[in-house]
Amino acid sequence: MTDVSLVLLVGLPALGAFVLAVAPLTDRAARFTGVVAAAAPLVVAVVVASRFDYGAAGRMQQTVNADWLPTIDVRFHLGVDGISLPLVLLTAVLTFLCAVYTVASSPTGGSVRNFLALVLVLEVGVLGTFTALDLVLFFVFFEVVLIPMYFLIAAWGGRERAPAATKFILFTLLGSGLMFVGFLVLYAKAGTFDITVLTAQHGQGIGAGAQLLAFVLLLLGFGIKSPMWPLHTWLPDAHTEAPTVGSVLLAGVLLKMGTYGLVRVAVGAAPDGARRAAPALGVLAVLGIIYAALACIALARGGDLKRLIAFSSVGHMGFVLLGIATLTPIGIQGALIGNVAHGLITGLLFFLVGGIKDRFHTSDIEELGGGLLAKVPALGGLLLVASIASLGMPGLAGFWGEMLAMLGAWSPAAALSRSLFLVLMAVAGLGTVLTALYFVAMLRRVDFGIVPDRWRDGVIADALPAELAAWVPLVALALAVGVWPRLVLGVTDAAVHGLFP
Amino acid sequence: MSVIQSIDYGAVAPVLAVAIAAVVVLVADLFVTSRRADVACALSLVGVAAGFGSAAWLATEPARKTFCFAGGRCSYVADDYTVYFQLLFLAAILVVLLLSRAAVVTDGMPAGEYHFLLLSSGVGMLTLAAARDLITLLISLEVVSLPAFVLVGLRRADPRGIEAALKFFLFSVVATGLTVYGMALLYGVTGTVQVDAISDALRGVHAAGGAKSSLAAAAVVLVVAGFAFKVSAVPFHFWAPDTYQGAPVPIAAFLSTASKAAGFAGLLVLLLDAFVRYADVWGPVVAVLAAVTMTVGNVVALRQWHLVRLLAWSTVAQAGYMLVPLGVAATSSGRSPAELRAAGEATLVYLGIYVAMNLGAFACAVLFTRERPQGAIDDLRGLVRRSPLVAVAFALFLTALAGLPPGVAGLFAKVAVLREAVHGHVVWLAVVAAVNAVIGLAYYLRVAALLFAGDDQPADDQPEPRLPRFSLASGGLAVSLAATLALSVYPQPLFHWAKDAASVLSGT
Repeated sequence: MTDVSLVLLVGLPALGAFVLAVAPLTDRAARFTGVVAAAAPLVVAVVVASRFDYGAAGRMQQTVNADWLPTIDVRFHLGVDGISLPLVLLTAVLTFLCAVYTVASSPTGGSVRNFLALVLVLEVGVLGTFTALDLVLFFVFFEVVLIPMYFLIAAWGGRERAPAATKFILFTLLGSGLMFVGFLVLYAKAGTFDITVLTAQHGQGIGAGAQLLAFVLLLLGFGIKSPMWPLHTWLPDAHTEAPTVGSVLLAGVLLKMGTYGLVRVAVGAAPDGARRAAPALGVLAVLGIIYAALACIALARGGDLKRLIAFSSVGHMGFVLLGIATLTPIGIQGALIGNVAHGLITGLLFFLVGGIKDRFHTSDIEELGGGLLAKVPALGGLLLVASIASLGMPGLAGFWGEMLAMLGAWSPAAALSRSLFLVLMAVAGLGTVLTALYFVAMLRRVDFGIVPDRWRDGVIADALPAELAAWVPLVALALAVGVWPRLVLGVTDAAVHGLFP
Repeated sequence: MSVIQSIDYGAVAPVLAVAIAAVVVLVADLFVTSRRADVACALSLVGVAAGFGSAAWLATEPARKTFCFAGGRCSYVADDYTVYFQLLFLAAILVVLLLSRAAVVTDGMPAGEYHFLLLSSGVGMLTLAAARDLITLLISLEVVSLPAFVLVGLRRADPRGIEAALKFFLFSVVATGLTVYGMALLYGVTGTVQVDAISDALRGVHAAGGAKSSLAAAAVVLVVAGFAFKVSAVPFHFWAPDTYQGAPVPIAAFLSTASKAAGFAGLLVLLLDAFVRYADVWGPVVAVLAAVTMTVGNVVALRQWHLVRLLAWSTVAQAGYMLVPLGVAATSSGRSPAELRAAGEATLVYLGIYVAMNLGAFACAVLFTRERPQGAIDDLRGLVRRSPLVAVAFALFLTALAGLPPGVAGLFAKVAVLREAVHGHVVWLAVVAAVNAVIGLAYYLRVAALLFAGDDQPADDQPEPRLPRFSLASGGLAVSLAATLALSVYPQPLFHWAKDAASVLSGT
């Protein structure tokens, strides 16, 4: 039986983008249209979630499966299961909040309607990636994301936007190219592009060498996106230069496409290759955690706040990758909840830095000089909450991903060396301490203290209603997931177990 | 035995239609005094449309053969393979005609001659696709090339045009020399010029081995080299950038699509039918040619500032992708009849999609160079504000050539090609192709991004010229845009036709 809800999910934002791109709307009308167009997929996503059979979260549901190109076996195949549903909701929520935020603060660079149209095209790509069940279709959606992101950075970005945009697109395209060869290796051996079939076979019929080759190619492709150290170098520049909404979506949903792809395709279709490459993935993940923490400590002493948050992203995604590397249900559960938590919290942090930049026209920690809580209490307060959530305080969303990833490393999959993963766990633990250190240092320099003289006299508005409308739901969700992690884990549980035979 | 051969005029109808149109255009031009370009264009369009109609009718018919010899082997065959190429050529010529109308007038080219030569070259292509013996192949190939030399140099006021024509001519003569030499050797070894008969004879020669087999191998490599010129594969590509840049832009579009496809029409028949036993010889050669062609084309394209020159290097690289599936013959598992057939199918698919998207890109170049004869890529900056539809279409063609959404057609083409490479276990070639796809993105996207870039420099004193709102050339653009979009959304028919076309080839 075909179900139209997922077609609507990817179709509605496309329609919205088309309307915004074509209709000669004023900026005001464009903002309103943008909010409506972003609300539509959110409504569909909520409907999908409400119709989802949580008792059978391991099964693909609400699928659409139609012939597209039978000669080379390409199908238009969409579906959601427990792994993809939380990410679909996250994407719909974040894009909607971005549209709301644009009402308060439009980026400079081009017309608002083009900006919103690109954001919606981006949403089409991301939602499509999270629901596609055919490798070619997956690739199409995966690539659809790049072009709007490129233009968001290149046209609405900061001073160094052109090289940052080029670096972003070349890195990610290189990854996509390698990833696609990986897909073809899987296809050549298993004879299908269908992700559900590939996952159900658990790599049967694909030789050990081919599995390793496919996994390494996919790891490189998804690793660039995630980003995995040392393939992360595009990310700090892209984040620093991107407009606020671009950064939020980049951190909030784009990076997840990499880790989602790893879980869905790489681990699912080439489990044997995954087992052999997992130690390397684990080591790279932990190196990323430590590297990012050290970079952030340096930045917290006087650097760019946006860049600091970008590097903290590398560290958080390191925990997600460590969770995947353990190849245990617990570790992968940790990765998935880590994904969601990072999307909520880092999305919020980038929103807040955008708000700070709008007001103070700088995001340099030195120039901001402290006293944010005194000068703009709501904004400063939210920054405090978001930072604490990001450093992994129990009771907030960031905690569970890190905890479960390390728990997974305590008892990794039977085929993996336990002693190696114990070392990785210990080093990752050190990483959490360093993360706390630099966030506290950053807060001390930016949030607390007395307002510097240069900001004392001018009138600087606190958070506007539209900004609060975009930010407060993220705080609420981060708190909800933190207090009640079953909100995510309960959904992903069955699907994650399905990955393992 | 009758002296007069009976000819199946139905089978040769597409060739006849275009040939008659060519002559009518030339003669009519003598008597028409005003609006010569319009008359010539209209007559040519009618001829090409008639050819297209008859080719489409042949597509519904079972295969027809004519100019037959005793033993049932025929020189001219109108089967699915022939019809696939003929329809492709005629569609491409149709678009080129639409693009030419304004260029003929503004560049002061003689309209009658221009259209006559274009159609004559087309006649060569239509015959080439149907040719099943070496002599017909060679003559058709020359009929394709000879009018093209003149067309390239037809802008008589421009010295670069003459240089381009001369370069094209010299390279072509050398390539023909190689081909003829190879064909002569082949005739010496096999004692026949019929493609089917050569295939049979080479089976014995290959099995026997020895000096005769080595001679056959040398002949195969020489013939491949001659055709490599036609498809502008490295290292036989040197003519392409200079020739494209010096030629009128619609002619560059013609050379890069129809003429290149003609090269492939001949190459595929020879490789997959006549030389199928020698796949172990030409397989590695083609695989290396493919890898080098892609890499050189893409890397050099990175540094171009002239739009047509950039597109020229891009077409070199694209030829490399089209050769990739044939590279499967480099491995033993790639040499099974089924695998070779699938490889031919992938090349046909790529070719079909390539003709649509590359014609589109050249159509945009035609519109653009009309306003900016220097053709500098930097002048494309902010085109979206002057001519939004052209800019958006151009971006679509460029992403399609790059193999990225929203130009999904190009992605399908790349999937079809890479799939064969991986299937045939030439993974190294697939990896080279994938890396090349990324290099290609660097320059395709650079141009695409310029189209949408804001003006960094202060505005010029003069207002920016707008591209014309409607013209025959934008009709040509619309046709290629429609084709590219259709192939992006629903490419299955093309894949189906390519399968039918390839099934005629090897395995015989």
